[in-house]
Amino acid sequence: MKKIAWVILLGTAMSAGWLTPGIASADTSEIILMAHDSFSVGKAVVAKFENRHHVRLRFLKAGDTGAMLNQAILSKNNPMADVLFGVDNTFLSRALAADMFIPYRSPHLGDIPDELKLDPSYRLLPVDYGDVCLNYDRKWFAAKGLAPPARLEDLTTPAYSGLTVVENPATSSPGLAFLLATVGHFGRDGYLNFWKELRDGNVQVTASWKKAYWGSFSAASKGDRPIVVSYASSPAAEVHFADKLMEQSPTAAVVQKGTAFRQIEFVGILRGTKKADMARKLVDFMLERTFQEDIPLQMFVFPANKTAVLPAVFVKHARVAEHPVFVSPQDIAAHREEWIEAWTETVLR
Amino acid sequence: MKNISSKYYVLLAGLPLAYLAIFYFYPLIKIFTVSFLPDEAWGPGNLKKLVTSGIYLRTLWFTTWQAVVSTVLTLLLALPGAYVFARYQFRGKELLRSFTTVPFVLPTVVVAAAFHSLLGPHGLVNAVLMKFFNLISPPVAVDQTIALILIAHVFYNYTVVVRIVGGYWSRLEPGLTESAKMLGASPAKVFFKVTLPLLSPAIMAASLLVFIFCFSSFGVILILGGPRFATIEVEIYRQAIHLFNLPMAAALSLVQILFTFALMWVYTQLQRSRSMALKPESRAVTQKKIDSGVDRLILATNVGFMILFLGLPMMSLIIQSVATETGVSLGFYRALFENATESVFFVPPADAVFYSLGFSLAALLIALSLGVPAAVFLAGPANRLRSVLDPLFMLPLSTSAVTLGFGFILALDKPPLNLRTSPMLVPLAHTLVAFPFVVRSLLPALRSIPPKLREAAALLGAGPWKVWRTVDLPILGRALVVGAVFAFTISLGEFGATVFVARPQTPTMPLAIYRFLGQPGAVNYGQAMAMSSILMLVSATGFMFIEKFRVTHGGEF
Repeated sequence: MKKIAWVILLGTAMSAGWLTPGIASADTSEIILMAHDSFSVGKAVVAKFENRHHVRLRFLKAGDTGAMLNQAILSKNNPMADVLFGVDNTFLSRALAADMFIPYRSPHLGDIPDELKLDPSYRLLPVDYGDVCLNYDRKWFAAKGLAPPARLEDLTTPAYSGLTVVENPATSSPGLAFLLATVGHFGRDGYLNFWKELRDGNVQVTASWKKAYWGSFSAASKGDRPIVVSYASSPAAEVHFADKLMEQSPTAAVVQKGTAFRQIEFVGILRGTKKADMARKLVDFMLERTFQEDIPLQMFVFPANKTAVLPAVFVKHARVAEHPVFVSPQDIAAHREEWIEAWTETVLR
Repeated sequence: MKNISSKYYVLLAGLPLAYLAIFYFYPLIKIFTVSFLPDEAWGPGNLKKLVTSGIYLRTLWFTTWQAVVSTVLTLLLALPGAYVFARYQFRGKELLRSFTTVPFVLPTVVVAAAFHSLLGPHGLVNAVLMKFFNLISPPVAVDQTIALILIAHVFYNYTVVVRIVGGYWSRLEPGLTESAKMLGASPAKVFFKVTLPLLSPAIMAASLLVFIFCFSSFGVILILGGPRFATIEVEIYRQAIHLFNLPMAAALSLVQILFTFALMWVYTQLQRSRSMALKPESRAVTQKKIDSGVDRLILATNVGFMILFLGLPMMSLIIQSVATETGVSLGFYRALFENATESVFFVPPADAVFYSLGFSLAALLIALSLGVPAAVFLAGPANRLRSVLDPLFMLPLSTSAVTLGFGFILALDKPPLNLRTSPMLVPLAHTLVAFPFVVRSLLPALRSIPPKLREAAALLGAGPWKVWRTVDLPILGRALVVGAVFAFTISLGEFGATVFVARPQTPTMPLAIYRFLGQPGAVNYGQAMAMSSILMLVSATGFMFIEKFRVTHGGEF
């Protein structure tokens, strides 16, 4: 009986401890950033912001980008956070249509290339970008004496049959980005034909990036697919997170013209915030060099601010796509469901 | 007398009902209202496809048949295991039983990794087969097939049957089967005519849980089955998260809820007529030592199956957690303790273990304090209220986590229920899933208590509370432990909770695993495997600890 009492006491004490932060969230000396699960930032960077503005920076993580955006939209009249990070260009129009951000022209926008600024109303400001593209297993191609793919068209030639794994655009954001690359590259009349050939060439489709990369990609696991849809910066992560020193990444990214789709991630101030001033300071901070230079090794994407200095492993092993495929956010919003459905019909059924 | 006791009973149902009203029905009503009320962004026009396209009917059909086949397979494979645990005494029994429950806490991505290293193209099974039969290509190709879905469902649910049926079986008096044998019945006849009917309440309870678990299967279908398969749950997720079609997601949720409610209603009716009073026996009477060759064979076959089928995949995770580029090392475990990226979201392993255990204990306590009164109420004499509440109490288990998660965001946003970003929401949400497990674990045992025992106690002057404490509680001991283990397990494995808002300041082990697997690099994968191994160890220890709790005073049952 004593044991039970002890457990109950412990449980109650812990619950009481947890309840407090929930109540304290209306505190003025605190600001909340809502982000997707892949968001990360360094401790020192957070401390710098907190010390400069005498405020506590708190974080809420709300699942993948789609889940996070949905939750933000559902709670827009009584938001859970002050600032939202992580809406990308595939979700941009949907996010803007919900009318839940207030415009802000940050003074740091001058340091950001114009081609990343996709919202002319300045409600969503670009923070980082990453190119979704094909990655391949260097060793595998060298051993086979086969040239690695250089164009999307290569994937449907007989030599590449059964080599590729892609993610389902209906459940994965790199999957959707790659579908958009094919829509932009082959045109609305041609992309389904490419996918039909890819299906006949025995392409593998997985539900998520995790399953494709860790379950099927030959360079990352005991998989049997030497080509995977990932990011142009993934080879840098392979080097950075290797369990031994390596000169060259075991993987490489395909970045030739017309093969990649650029995902740009945005930050916005939520309309319902009671701390608009501090929210603007946070947005400024996220576009400043300190935060921007922390981005590459935290999230393995590129900083939007062109004055930010890249870490050595990025300079050496990460790539930026040359002329990525462009599809406008308006087009994506208007046709997203149609393209996904048509893709599903063609590839899966 | 009758009136007083029925009032008692209604009071018992009050607490769980209030809980469901606040944390289940209120959020659901909120999300359904928002989904079905047209506004500028989404209107009911998005629902047209539900009736015009055959896809959803096909999805419902697939959802149902895969759940039926998974349930039947799990029963066939796990019933012999339940027998072994119920009837035999052998060394390491508690340990083995704990270990059969570990799969339940493993995230689907991790299970996928485990199966991949065994059944994948370069996995152990293929390597052995290729060597043995001199094959050029791997003969087993189960990834993204229905076979792997079924295997995974059995892998996860084996323990449900072993614990619920095994726990009940261990209290069955062997007298009836002995007399049947003495009267000349063959062992098969004894099993089908005597044992099976006696066990049927527990078998049906376990089947129901397994069925609902597989019916609302999400991760297994999505990750292991691949994009060619979709249950209603997967479709709800797809519609809500990636296509922004909330009305469709809500409509599908409603279909899912109504369909399972109807099924459970039928089940409840069936089960009532099946249950019977039994003389409870203590384990000293029902269990035997291994003394014949047959016993040894049965035990060895079952233990062998458990080790091969449940143990090998888990073992492969542990192997992957120590297999580094430079040979066997604890490097990945050491890496867990170093915040190499200086990230503010770094999870110290001790913290992850602490929060996981804290949430699970909280969920266990809430689920038991709701589940026990609910089960006691349901075990009372049949009436209309009970026949509605019984299936109703099961609904949270079969409700889409996405839908409910969105409902929480809408409903729990104002004081006094400003819980949507509070860590308290985690055990509260887990309890919704754990509570039906507690109810189903307890009911067969409760219904088997002969009324005569209670009457005798009352006649001797015991009040209702004392009757319950001295008659019901000791007999329930085993079932309570089973319910507690499941409540703990469901919370530890964060069943279906990945779509809820996560507070990075209270990280748990499954969340840490997901984070590691989110970025490329061997160290990330290795750390995910290391954290999975810690999760397995912590949960096995947790189960052993819970098993040690015995609320009984008058002998073990």
